[in-house]
Amino acid sequence: MASKVTRLRALALYKELHRLGRDYEPSYDFHRKLRRLFEKNRNLTDDEEIEKALRFGEYIKNETLALYSLRKYRHLKRMYPSNSTSDT
Amino acid sequence: MRPSAVRLLNILVPIKSSQHALGRAVDYAVKIRVNPEQTGIDLNVKHSMNPFDEIAVEEAVRMRERLKDAVKSIKVVTIGPPKSAETLRTALAMGADSAIHVEIPESAPSPEPLGVAKTLKALIERQKEGVDVVILGKQAIDDDAGQTGQMLAGLMGWSQATFASKVEVNPEQKVANITREIDGGLEELRCKLPVIITTDLRQVQLFNHRICQEPRYASLPNIMKAKKKPVEKLTAAELGVDITPRLETIKVTEPPKRVGGGKVANVDELLAKLKEAGITGKRA
Repeated sequence: MASKVTRLRALALYKELHRLGRDYEPSYDFHRKLRRLFEKNRNLTDDEEIEKALRFGEYIKNETLALYSLRKYRHLKRMYPSNSTSDT
Repeated sequence: MRPSAVRLLNILVPIKSSQHALGRAVDYAVKIRVNPEQTGIDLNVKHSMNPFDEIAVEEAVRMRERLKDAVKSIKVVTIGPPKSAETLRTALAMGADSAIHVEIPESAPSPEPLGVAKTLKALIERQKEGVDVVILGKQAIDDDAGQTGQMLAGLMGWSQATFASKVEVNPEQKVANITREIDGGLEELRCKLPVIITTDLRQVQLFNHRICQEPRYASLPNIMKAKKKPVEKLTAAELGVDITPRLETIKVTEPPKRVGGGKVANVDELLAKLKEAGITGKRA
C-alpha cells in the first residue's frame, strides 16, 4: 500500500528529476515526460510495483547525470585537445 | 607523554563563475529568464562554475574523505558580481563548509589574474587559523589565462604544484606529494605546506578505469543544506586591494577561416609552389 514513506520518496525523486531536467535538450520536453510518467503511476498500490517505479526513476536520474557529464567531457575535450606530440 | 597535536588542515578553494560559455560554444538553446529586477529578460542567463574549479572543489572534498578529521575546514571563495553567489552555493552543496564572496559591481570588468591573486593573498592573511592548502583550477574557460595560481604562489612565497592530477597530503609531516601532468608524462613533486595546487583535467583511462576527477553532482538535499552554510560578504576595498584592470584588450578576432589546400600534379609543381611560398630549403 502506498505509505507516507513512499509518498515522500516519490516526491523527492520528482523534485530531483525536475531540477535535473532544466539543463536537458529543450526539444525533448523532459518536464512533460516526467510529469506524464509520474502521473501514470499515481495510483499504484502494490509495494513491489512502487519499488520498481522508484528504481526506474533513480535509473533515469543516473542516466541523465551520465549524459550531462559526457556532454561536458566532450565539450572540454574539444576545447582542450591533447597535443598530437604527447602520448595522452 | 602527550601525543603531539595532529596538524589540522585549512583548505581554501577559489572558484570562478563564468557566463554559460559552455552553452554558447556548443550552440545549446539558452533558456530565457526574466532578470531579478523583473524589468526585462535576463541576458546573462547562466553562471556556471569553471569546470577546472569544480575539479578543485572535488579534490578538496575527497581530501576530507581520505584524511577525515585532519581537514579542519574547506572554504570556497569567489570574486564576482552578486550572481556568482550561485556557484558558491553549488560548491557548498558539493561539500565545502563555508564561503567568502568578494563582491564586485555587476558592471565591473572581470578581475584580472593579478588582481585575483592579490585579493586571495589579502584573504589568506586575514584568516585567523591560517591556510595550509589552496587548490584552484589551472585556468578559467572564459579567459584561459592560467596565471592566478602561479601568481598567488609568487606573492605568498609558497610552494606550488600546477597541473596536478593526483594529490596526497600528509598533515603530520606537513608535506604534500603531488603528481603533475607535463608534456609526455607525469612528474612527482614533494612540496612543503603551505602549498598552492592547480588542478588539471585527466584523460579518462581506457578499460573503464577512470582516474579522471569526476566532480560530484550536487543533489537537491545537499543544495538545501548548503543554504544554511555561512557566506561571508566582502569587497576588494575592505581588503585593501586594488583590482582595477591593468591590461587593455585592443582587439579580439576569430581565427582566420581555413583556406582549402590545392593538389599538385607532380614534384616539379610542388617545388614551384613551395618556392612561391618562400620555402626554399636553403639557409637564409
